[in-house]
Amino acid sequence: MTTIVQISNLTKRYITTTALSDVTLEVPEGHIVGLLGPNGSGKTTLMKILAGLVSPTSGTVLVDGIAPGVATKAKVSFLPDVNHLDRWMSVGEAGSFYADFYVDFDRKRFDELLTIMRLSASQKIGSLSRGMVEKARLSLIFSRRARLYVLDEPFGGLDPLARSQVLDALVANFRADCSMILSTQMVADVERFFDDVAFLDGGRVVLAGDAEDLRMRRGASIEEIYREVYGHVETRQV
Amino acid sequence: MEFDDRAPIYAQIMDLIKRRIAIGELKAGGQLPSVRDLARQVVVNPNTVQKAYLELEREGYVTTQRGLGTFVSGDHQTVDLVRQGLACDIVKAYVVGMRSLGYGAEEISTMAADEAGRETK
Repeated sequence: MTTIVQISNLTKRYITTTALSDVTLEVPEGHIVGLLGPNGSGKTTLMKILAGLVSPTSGTVLVDGIAPGVATKAKVSFLPDVNHLDRWMSVGEAGSFYADFYVDFDRKRFDELLTIMRLSASQKIGSLSRGMVEKARLSLIFSRRARLYVLDEPFGGLDPLARSQVLDALVANFRADCSMILSTQMVADVERFFDDVAFLDGGRVVLAGDAEDLRMRRGASIEEIYREVYGHVETRQV
Repeated sequence: MEFDDRAPIYAQIMDLIKRRIAIGELKAGGQLPSVRDLARQVVVNPNTVQKAYLELEREGYVTTQRGLGTFVSGDHQTVDLVRQGLACDIVKAYVVGMRSLGYGAEEISTMAADEAGRETK
């Protein structure tokens, strides 16, 4: 099986802190990987490295066989955890902006996604609610025919209905020739979409594996395993 | 679709399909929904549905024809087998539950028979 992301012994140090420490992780082609962990566990740093926005201190990172840089940016569709769109643009203009930047941007798919998300191209970004901005951003990100989708907290600010619209768009658009890595705090809502999960704690991978395998071996949901891993063990009735 | 996240989802999708076969919603020779359609319907990862289909195929319940889709295999016998299989699971679960309450074989069957009798009245 082809591997789209290959991370070995990755460490990222900032002047006073170590954000990632000896991380080794693989993402096979066609898989959706859940990157889980509390705030400050290193998820965003890892995703920014994959997006080519932060450079590693040591270790190797390969995206489709290439170290992150200009070439991989053409293959990686990245959703940052904060709004990256200009407020003065309309949704449609943001689409044109993306089309200029990325050759893999599919305008037709963008229009279809806007319909699914119940957005119109003429709406100004600045006039949208937080949830609607999220949906517009996700429409842009999914309109690229990328090799790798890196989504940092794609469900923040979405109401339950919008969340199911986004999940539906995600399933409808997911292809066997790409991979997706996404971080989320809404483990229970999204865990059925993960092929694999990786739990980060203090910049280290403390547990990783096939989601179904983990369920079977531990007789627990991914969300319950999350609580166990991070020490908020609930008293469960036997 | 209500799944139990504490157990593998693909196994629950297999049960769902078997159940549809058992009650005749899916007929012998009939076509299963496409992987993507079912994934959207039950809101799970398409790979999980794919895995369920592969396992069902391995167990002989369905056959996949390249480019055409996945079909319930064979004849009415398949349907009967599926039904019996599901019935066995239900009976086993009942017996295990009763045993855990300390009932013996005799009581377990009497109570099942009584309950069945009450249902038909």
